[in-house]
Amino acid sequence: MKLNLKIWRQKNREDQGRMVDYTLDNVNTHMSFLEMLDTLNDELIRKNEEPVEFDHDCREGICGQCGVVINGIAHGPLKNTTTCQLHMREFKDNETIFIEPFRASGFPIKKDLKVDRTAFDRIISAGGYVSVNTGQAPEANSIPVSHEIAESAFDAAACIGCGACVATCKNGSAALFTSAKISQFAQLPQGKVERNSRVLKMLHQMDAEDFGHCSNTEACEVECPQGISVLNIARMNYEYNRASFFKSKKH
Amino acid sequence: MKLNAKIPQGPLEEKWSNYKKTAKLVNPANRKKLDVIVIGTGLAGASVAASLGEMGYNVKSFCFQDSPRRAHSVAAQGGVNAAKNYKNDGDSIYRMFVDTLKGGDFRAREANVYRLAECSVNLIDQAVAQGVPFGREYGGYLNNRSFGGVQVSRTFYARGQTGQQLLLGTYQALMRQVDKKTVQLFASHEMLDLVVIDDRARGVIVRNLETGAIERHAAHAVVLATGGFGKIYYLSTLAMGCNGSAIWRAYKKGAFFASPSWTQIHPTSLPQSGDYQSKLTLMSESLRNDGRIWVPKNLEEKRIANDIPEEERDYYLERRYPAFGNLAPRDISSRAAKERIDAGFGVGALKNAVYLDFSKAIKEQGQPKIAEKYGNLFNMYEKITGINAYKEPMMISPAAHFSMGGLWVDYELMTTIPGLFALGEANFADHGANRLGANSLLQASVDGYFIAPYTIANYLADQIKVGKISTKHEAFDKAEAEAKLKLDQLLQIKGNQTVDYYHKKLGKLLYDYCGLARNKEGLEFAIDAINKLRDEFYKNVNVTGDSDRMNAELEKAGRVADYFEIGVLMCYDALTRDESCGAHFREEYQTPDGEAERNDAEFQFISAWEWPGSLDKEPILNKENLTFEFVQPTIRSYK
Repeated sequence: MKLNLKIWRQKNREDQGRMVDYTLDNVNTHMSFLEMLDTLNDELIRKNEEPVEFDHDCREGICGQCGVVINGIAHGPLKNTTTCQLHMREFKDNETIFIEPFRASGFPIKKDLKVDRTAFDRIISAGGYVSVNTGQAPEANSIPVSHEIAESAFDAAACIGCGACVATCKNGSAALFTSAKISQFAQLPQGKVERNSRVLKMLHQMDAEDFGHCSNTEACEVECPQGISVLNIARMNYEYNRASFFKSKKH
Repeated sequence: MKLNAKIPQGPLEEKWSNYKKTAKLVNPANRKKLDVIVIGTGLAGASVAASLGEMGYNVKSFCFQDSPRRAHSVAAQGGVNAAKNYKNDGDSIYRMFVDTLKGGDFRAREANVYRLAECSVNLIDQAVAQGVPFGREYGGYLNNRSFGGVQVSRTFYARGQTGQQLLLGTYQALMRQVDKKTVQLFASHEMLDLVVIDDRARGVIVRNLETGAIERHAAHAVVLATGGFGKIYYLSTLAMGCNGSAIWRAYKKGAFFASPSWTQIHPTSLPQSGDYQSKLTLMSESLRNDGRIWVPKNLEEKRIANDIPEEERDYYLERRYPAFGNLAPRDISSRAAKERIDAGFGVGALKNAVYLDFSKAIKEQGQPKIAEKYGNLFNMYEKITGINAYKEPMMISPAAHFSMGGLWVDYELMTTIPGLFALGEANFADHGANRLGANSLLQASVDGYFIAPYTIANYLADQIKVGKISTKHEAFDKAEAEAKLKLDQLLQIKGNQTVDYYHKKLGKLLYDYCGLARNKEGLEFAIDAINKLRDEFYKNVNVTGDSDRMNAELEKAGRVADYFEIGVLMCYDALTRDESCGAHFREEYQTPDGEAERNDAEFQFISAWEWPGSLDKEPILNKENLTFEFVQPTIRSYK
């Protein structure tokens, strides 16, 4: 198949950037979307042009490194699918495809399609963990956790940190990402001990980054490759109110 | 050089406790005066960085990914082994030790393997305390499943994303220390060289992958936890960025490289569909718990899988290995698949695959049960192939997966360069010639959480008097200049071919001649062919862009340049081992029914290769003899 590509090119953080047109012939429908970009880059290098920089690593949908906006949709048209797992059979011959980075104030563009998502690391660093030192943990089966709770915590923990939720949100909010971690730990007995301080610290950090507010449009859940539920945001808000209440009572 | 593995005295089950009892300690007040560099943030790297940070050392942690959470440990699907014996099916530390030693075809150290099994128990405790949501039974207790090469259920899992969940636990422990400022994080940084001063590892040269800036970092000890180099085959189950450069640069500074050719070819990956393909996606081995592997009995078979009647299917693993059946170890399963595919029984458009069939399990257990166990894998399969595996069998094929080889380390996980440690897949230590499923997450974690924090402290205890290491030392000048020169050299070639073109050619050579099966003639040919390909690369590759900015092509070119050299060493390694063991299958050494023929009389040793000082010279072979005090090597039979 033949494709008309319109790709965002930007030299560095300071550059203004623009859409550039490319055409690509002989695209195989079994190719993954990233393999299609590999093929384009191969052609560009042979013409001595700089290839398009894009984020990717595991190419099996789990590392969360890849992600571009395809025709206005984060990770493209297929539901619950990362860009690397999207295949060209989802596109039509002679189709025009717009490819842009994950745009959000919290994700500055580094080059072409690569964005800076270190804000996510800082949110986790603020409290997205159980404070247990390594080496001397108690026997694993000493605290039973019901099957349902374990599965529900897993559903939240499955977030791959790709940032599609932020890119999709009209406000550029990181609520889904942050709430998934809060929700995982709020449910597990191991995480409950620090639930109050955790939600306050993580939300404080989320607000300190350039993310917008959540206005409950729920677009994030629709685009999330892992299908992380917006119910986690509801849980986060509950946890936040609860923690704020106990905090104000203490003072 | 005489290799000293420094294995502690005493009975097997007391060696590690004896070591810990006598290991040197560092006073808490002195720890912040000691700097440690950790390269890599997978399970091994992040866990050792977090642990050392908690203890109070001054840690710098580096990864080439944009976040430490993306290291390739994230991709391990099926599970992590631990001898908890929660299933009460006869498991024990000793049994796990024997399984792992046997699985590795008696080409690993007893003491190391025993310690791995011993510490497995603590790892599950650690992960649960961190909030890792392992699969649980309805009573709330942890669940297990079984994996290849064993007859007990000792594998803990978090759906099909065990690696991700374990890594997130470790990553969070690391980020907690970043918040406490005991660990400084350098994401999007790649190590270019190791700095050695007075024969000790004292620092690294790294490149900031966004700005292109070359930086110097000094420390009292350097830890390489950089994973495996199976991506050398180009088509592999590894992430695109996985590479062997850090350990290769260490090799060229004097660290010995053990068993480089021992690469695990995983039996259950998706087959190649075209030349454009960039990776082979792994389907977890756990699928073999419920999936049955078969090919048609009829060579000219044209029917689709579901139309082929039961009696015309060859369940070749069940036929050849009735005791273990579809759960035969990986090396054996991969070779059996290759045997059928080479004989012309392969399925799929390119006849390069075998079926993995769930129809029986779905009939017996129902689709919802199968979906709960493997749902994400079935979804992934459908996304990639467009096929619904609940309705028809999956098609799978072998793919390069795990490097059993790596930097030679002693019992303390220290390389032959004092102060340089290698952890996880980057070292060679525990898996022998074949790794058992669900032991890789385990080894990486155990190295980082439970072993290295003791052994690195033992080394650092003598380093307090050294004082701060300066990056102004001439060794840093030299290493930095060499690293820059290498980058410039690659950029100046301006030839006509892409880096990937050469990587694919190298991968094909290695897969054909130093892959599932090897022979003398082929290996000799490959050494020559790789050297020629390398010469061509340095004449005709085109690396676009510049070194003073983000440049993914330059990163790839540096890694592929090292891969040529690693590839040649792999071939020497395979060529000089005139026996078959584990993943190393020399066609000249097999039994009449096609099983590997080990030669304990002549090859019961680890090949540890030494850099001869120049690429024109042959690498120098050093041997670490393996002695078996507690378990006598037997013929590895899974029949």
